[in-house]
Amino acid sequence: MASEDELTTEAGLAVERCYGPGDVDGGDPGRIGAPGAFPFTRGNHPGGYRDKLWTFRQYSGFGTPEWSNERYQLLLKEGGTGLSVAADLPTQIGYDSDDPDVEEEVGRVGVALDSLADAEILFRGIPLDRISTSWTVNGTAAIMLAFYVAVGSKQGVPRSKLRGTVQNDILKEYVARGTWIWPPTPSIRLIADSIEFCAEEVPRYNAVSVAGAHFRDAGANAAQEMAFTLQDAVTYCDEIVGRGRMTIDQFAPQVSFFFYTHNDFFEEVAKYRAGRRHWAQIVRDRYGAREASSSMFRFGVVCGGWTLQAQQPQNNIVRVAYQAMAAVLGGVQSMFTAAWDEPFSLPTEESTTLALRTQQILAHETGVTRTVDPLGGSYFVEALTDAMEEKIGGIMADLEARGGMVRCIEDGYVQRLIADESAAVQRKVDRGERVIVGVNRYQSDQPAPTLQPPEMDEVARKLQLDRLAEVRRTRNRRAAREALGRLRTAAVGDTNLMPPLIDCVEEYCTVGEITRELKDVWGEYQQPTVF
Amino acid sequence: MPVRVLVAKPGLDGHDRGAKLVARALRDAGFEVIYTGIRQKPEAIAAIALQEDVDLIGLSILSGAHLGLTRKTVEALRASGVGDIKVVVGGTVPPADVQPLLDLGAAAVYPTGTPIETLVADVRKLTGAVA
Repeated sequence: MASEDELTTEAGLAVERCYGPGDVDGGDPGRIGAPGAFPFTRGNHPGGYRDKLWTFRQYSGFGTPEWSNERYQLLLKEGGTGLSVAADLPTQIGYDSDDPDVEEEVGRVGVALDSLADAEILFRGIPLDRISTSWTVNGTAAIMLAFYVAVGSKQGVPRSKLRGTVQNDILKEYVARGTWIWPPTPSIRLIADSIEFCAEEVPRYNAVSVAGAHFRDAGANAAQEMAFTLQDAVTYCDEIVGRGRMTIDQFAPQVSFFFYTHNDFFEEVAKYRAGRRHWAQIVRDRYGAREASSSMFRFGVVCGGWTLQAQQPQNNIVRVAYQAMAAVLGGVQSMFTAAWDEPFSLPTEESTTLALRTQQILAHETGVTRTVDPLGGSYFVEALTDAMEEKIGGIMADLEARGGMVRCIEDGYVQRLIADESAAVQRKVDRGERVIVGVNRYQSDQPAPTLQPPEMDEVARKLQLDRLAEVRRTRNRRAAREALGRLRTAAVGDTNLMPPLIDCVEEYCTVGEITRELKDVWGEYQQPTVF
Repeated sequence: MPVRVLVAKPGLDGHDRGAKLVARALRDAGFEVIYTGIRQKPEAIAAIALQEDVDLIGLSILSGAHLGLTRKTVEALRASGVGDIKVVVGGTVPPADVQPLLDLGAAAVYPTGTPIETLVADVRKLTGAVA
């Protein structure tokens, strides 16, 4: 007899013994639609992966810009097709490397970027008109965008040719991951400013990647992940449309999404298909989009995270491979496959390469790319997509009824939902009701692997601190001070902050200086603690 | 009187799924649990520990900065005159760093993959709490 957990998906959707024609909604033929046509259930493009594979984009960066540049060159040489910058926590939260409060964190989970001088080294020899770059940065996202535009300009690449994505999604940082700086209102303004700026100046750059991944890894289930993410996206779009300067069609093509793909294979596929359908309808019905391309739900994924286990860690290679296949059958545009050794430390060069190979085998050996949306029309997958869509819609309606996402975050409601879900899952794992191979079934005593992860050593730290000191010594001090003054004036007022931010980075103002200037005007976020 | 435990997140790391699960598990096991929230300075953790009169502090660190942050927290506790409060450390700790953490003054280390019941039983033993 199967346990309850084996008969429902991870998000609690019931799964029947068998599905047939009666389980698929036959009443509305437009509900599923064709690939490349509204509501995009079957994907954004009629040609699918025949025309364009997803981007192999491995999240990477550590230590100094020199080290990270070397790793990017390696990944591109090994067949990576885009870059994804991992910045260290001081960079993400707005501290310089010489701040005594953050000395342990410099260069540790990502690369240290203090000023434009660091960004110039990070992209040395990488043609920004041909390689796209994604930044998982949120609090300081607008500063990173300014770095990128400034480096492009130094390389002679016009803004119109820059491609990539800046995550730039602060709302989920208040709930999970935690790289918030300022309170929600000015933070949302800065995001809206950067989206408007990109729509006008950097038209091929995704100015926001609304991310559910961090809700998910903090404990949300797949339906909550998608619902919270869509609700965050609605919050940003409401802000921009509410300003009255831009229509949805002018900026929606530069809004993208990002998720975790976990283990429940068909639920993950259904999540992405249902997400596409929801977003298409939101953009058309809530905002009155006229262009079909505005309604396209373009997303990247990460595979791994919480699902990776320290016990029998090489099992993680298999988990990530299945997750990657689910993402591809769900129609992903860009993917990061995590390395098997990440429960212990940053990945080694060898494990990173293996993670990239996992995607390459999927793309070139398995044949899953031959036809568009191969699971489309499956009685089960279509029924599960419908059930997922309904569940997501219910969660979104609840959030709206409670006053919207900002309100639900400020009073800790979303945090509570996630903590409850995380605790419920842990209980199932502890009781063996949710099987994790090597953890609560088929255990074996294996010694932990011997790894040599990259470490920020004293030589690298000195290099970083010396460069920062050199920047402070040699820049035009007066011009830097004046640029910060103009930024402050803009922050007090309501003009777009991106032009003065770009001025600041071009005058070699540091991430810490810029962040402090804005904290002075806007204050800092105070977190509620819910467990 | 119930035994009081402080679950703390020093440094800049915001991943607190584990910290919250541990806080809940200890509360369910009968401890009085205080959670600091993320991004706390070692001095702030020491101040809360002193003010709340806790018996044990659990540090949760997933950013790799566990050695430096544990050392600073232990120093801050000593400077506040509460160096006798036991400190345990959990998170993404590579095997090679377990002994160095113990040498810095941690009473126990719980790397990724530690079963939660092991941790709860251990905290009971360390604090002399009666089951």
